[in-house]
Amino acid sequence: MSAPNKSGWKPQMEAAEGGVPQGPQTTTGNRALMLEEPLIFEIGHAETTGVDLPGIDPAATTRLNGLERSEPIGLVGLTEPESVRHYTRLSRQNYGIDLGFFPLGSCTMKHNPRLNEKVARLPGFADIHPLAPQSTVQGALQVIHELGDWLCKLTGMPSVAMSPKAGAHGELCGILAIRAAHTARGNPREVVLVPESAHGTNPATAAFAGYKVDNIPATPEGRVDVDALKARLGPDVAAVMITNPNTCGLFEKDFRTIADAVHDAGGYVYCDGANFNAIVGRVRPGDLGVDAMHINLHKTFSTPHGGGGPGSGPVVFSEALAPFAPLPFVRKYEDGTYDLVEEEKREASRGQAFGRMTAFHGQMGMFTRALTYMLSHGADGLKQVAEDAVLNANYILRSLEDILHAPFADSGPCMHEALFGDKDFGGGLSTLDLAKGLIDEGYHPMTVYFPLVVHGAMLVEPTETESKASIDQFITAFRSVTERALAGDESLKQAPYYAPRRRLDETAAARKPKLAWSEPEV
Amino acid sequence: MRYLPLTDTDRADMLERVGANSIDDLFVDVPALAQLDGPIRELPMHASEMAVERHMKTRAGKNLAAGDAPFFLGAGAYRHHVPASVDTVIQRGEFLTAYTPYQPEIAQGTLQMLFEFQTQVARLYGCAVANASLYDGSTACWEAVAMASRVTKRKRAVLSGALHPHYSEVVKTMAQFTGDAIADAHPAIQPEPDTDGLIARIDDDTACVVVQYPDILGRISDLSVVAEAAHAKGALLVVVNTEPVALGAIKSPGELGADIVVGEGQAIGVGLQFGGPYLGLFAVRNPKHVRQMPGRLCGETTDAEGKRGFVLTLSTREQHIRREKATSNICTNSGLCALAFSVHMTLLGEKGLRELAAENHRLACAAADRLSQVPGVTVLNNAYFNEFTLMLDGRPARDIVRDLADRGVLGGVSLGRLYPGVEALEQALLVAVTEMTTHEDIETLAAELEALLKEQAQ
Repeated sequence: MSAPNKSGWKPQMEAAEGGVPQGPQTTTGNRALMLEEPLIFEIGHAETTGVDLPGIDPAATTRLNGLERSEPIGLVGLTEPESVRHYTRLSRQNYGIDLGFFPLGSCTMKHNPRLNEKVARLPGFADIHPLAPQSTVQGALQVIHELGDWLCKLTGMPSVAMSPKAGAHGELCGILAIRAAHTARGNPREVVLVPESAHGTNPATAAFAGYKVDNIPATPEGRVDVDALKARLGPDVAAVMITNPNTCGLFEKDFRTIADAVHDAGGYVYCDGANFNAIVGRVRPGDLGVDAMHINLHKTFSTPHGGGGPGSGPVVFSEALAPFAPLPFVRKYEDGTYDLVEEEKREASRGQAFGRMTAFHGQMGMFTRALTYMLSHGADGLKQVAEDAVLNANYILRSLEDILHAPFADSGPCMHEALFGDKDFGGGLSTLDLAKGLIDEGYHPMTVYFPLVVHGAMLVEPTETESKASIDQFITAFRSVTERALAGDESLKQAPYYAPRRRLDETAAARKPKLAWSEPEV
Repeated sequence: MRYLPLTDTDRADMLERVGANSIDDLFVDVPALAQLDGPIRELPMHASEMAVERHMKTRAGKNLAAGDAPFFLGAGAYRHHVPASVDTVIQRGEFLTAYTPYQPEIAQGTLQMLFEFQTQVARLYGCAVANASLYDGSTACWEAVAMASRVTKRKRAVLSGALHPHYSEVVKTMAQFTGDAIADAHPAIQPEPDTDGLIARIDDDTACVVVQYPDILGRISDLSVVAEAAHAKGALLVVVNTEPVALGAIKSPGELGADIVVGEGQAIGVGLQFGGPYLGLFAVRNPKHVRQMPGRLCGETTDAEGKRGFVLTLSTREQHIRREKATSNICTNSGLCALAFSVHMTLLGEKGLRELAAENHRLACAAADRLSQVPGVTVLNNAYFNEFTLMLDGRPARDIVRDLADRGVLGGVSLGRLYPGVEALEQALLVAVTEMTTHEDIETLAAELEALLKEQAQ
């Protein structure tokens, strides 16, 4: 393989004659482009502002019922140049997709097209009020309806609820619809079955909705144990929540069989759609017997993750659950106009809406981005997305399985993520050390210690927006760090060396939490 | 396809490496019944950047943007000026395309920002600790009710009638499934909130009392009496704020005795966006309650070299560790909106926020005075910040709002829309005024209202 970096750096570059001396400590703590930045509270002042407002007559009328805020609030301000510099410096301490490869399994860190950002900022989308008269927001309602239509067609499902704010909120929406459907038949039932490999949000959601959670075991090949699941089904089981493709990176081959068995037992099938990117445009979950599935627009449909949100989690429903979907939703009339169905028209709605998930109508700013993404790709492009994502993951799996424990490598092709474990690492090293070593190599690590069913799990999701050269370089780097881990290279325990911070003491942070800045004691 | 870097040659080489003859070999585990034979036929094929932009622009063009009309809508979403540099900062790829900061060594930008954000929110709310954000104000409100149940081990929440009806609806929706009992009411049309009535509903089983401040009708009242009454019964006071700018002018909820303060942060930095994404704020006054809080928390620590750094902390409360025993199922929150809020708040600072609040209040007073001169219009509120309720003689406010829109004026939110079927509220129109409102806007609304009310009187 060629040199892993085309920038001019070579693996065997010798130090110059006599070696290059280490640099001195700097006065500022900065190291050229690595810039330390204080907190705003350490550089700003109560009297400083970066916003010019008209001077207010202090004797102006107030109608505040004697509740004027007289004590200092404790905020500080910066002028615009100071503020822009503060945040620009902070931004440089962050890793993002724009900087490099971000193979965080289960999170689908694909490129975020900039056209999406441009469209979302059109005043006709960005500057409209959620309670504006409906005659003035027909275009917005049309976008919600169009996006819903795309989601239905891509999943083969008849109905969609657009309001959930993120994936976990969508899960809750789905489980609440299931609970409402059971309740309408006289008994909400008690248990939701969740595979051991599920995302933490699945059991948390089921519990939040008032269900007891029972685990379903996995087979040695990394799929749901169908026999165990069938044996557990009964009149107490409200639903199963299954991620497909699953978190071990495999397609649940027997999904249809499982769905049929669950339906025969009077339960519903919830599919966690976090991994929809592996099958979008190629497989429709509706063909597999799904009753409800959330779709993370911030994963499959490229809306930015923004350092932890916002997300958007529309939920598609089967005919059986559609009547229970929450309010509000958008309805299209034959004359081409759109109508937002809120509580008032509950009677005229699809049926027995279980209630409302949120104020207003969902993540419009994400809808415009996701629809833009879908229109850009089209049916053909989305199919290619799934295929390239799956090809990239298999390429990584087969390029590393000779040196890294790949517990399900024999279970067939993986889908859009490759799963490894830390078996055979030497010197007491573990997955965490390898992850931190990858940081020094310039990568955001893969998802670590998830799913829980694999020791020291490493879940690698390359997505379709990486070039082959990028993936090849990653494989080279990953192999070299893995070799160090297998050899028990002690130096990995201290990694990262080159990040803006060395390893952070998380134990101390939790033991004596400091969750807000306070003025230093004098 | 402009977003897909693999070439056909790459694909062929890679298939060879993985030992597959074709891409179909990698989908062999998908049962035949679910294999499609090509791209989904009911959907269009890929399109150029130009074509897509054109498609989306036709949709955007059908909407009347707030900036293109005299605009007076509020009721939980407010139109404020967002300084240009806010959007510049949030569009930096290092913020925009980062993930939840699970690897703190390469996420100090997001983490330090969150630490600053938590501090700003805690101080604005008069609280000890704020979290790193929730989805929006309405879901934060439900999380507060759920947290109050955990803290008090009681399951009855008393909602003020003057809580935003969407918020009450969200709380009631969730409570159906958790077994919490919710007592709520409609707001009474009167100049002051019915504090005595609210206090009378608190009993020994009450986990929390939920009050909005300023309330849905824009009224402001001293919550310390509600706090005392709640605390006397062992209940918590949850205060909901949907307009954070107000807290630059009026006492903080924490100062008035709130135990949990939640709210919508959209008004600072985020923009209207037809209702989302917004920003759920969540804070507690008593640091002892921190371990019952939902959502992510960012805390200070040091790295191996002793340098200050930040991490997500107390994650044993959260779903990815605690699974079914977590304090909430929330995972993704509103990180980028929190950044927008924090950048805007940093630009404002103490001085700017106070001036902004004063300007909002001044214009609102001017608008209320002018509109109350319109025959058939009275201002309900004694006190308000930047939003107040008008009572209209004659036709329902909903019809007036619709007719105003036909005349190119976005004149407010009718309570008839928010409380369908409640006859007593049909004549009420909620009007919000911010620093974006001009005197010309106010004159236009007054003139159009007068014309409409006169028209129907004839």
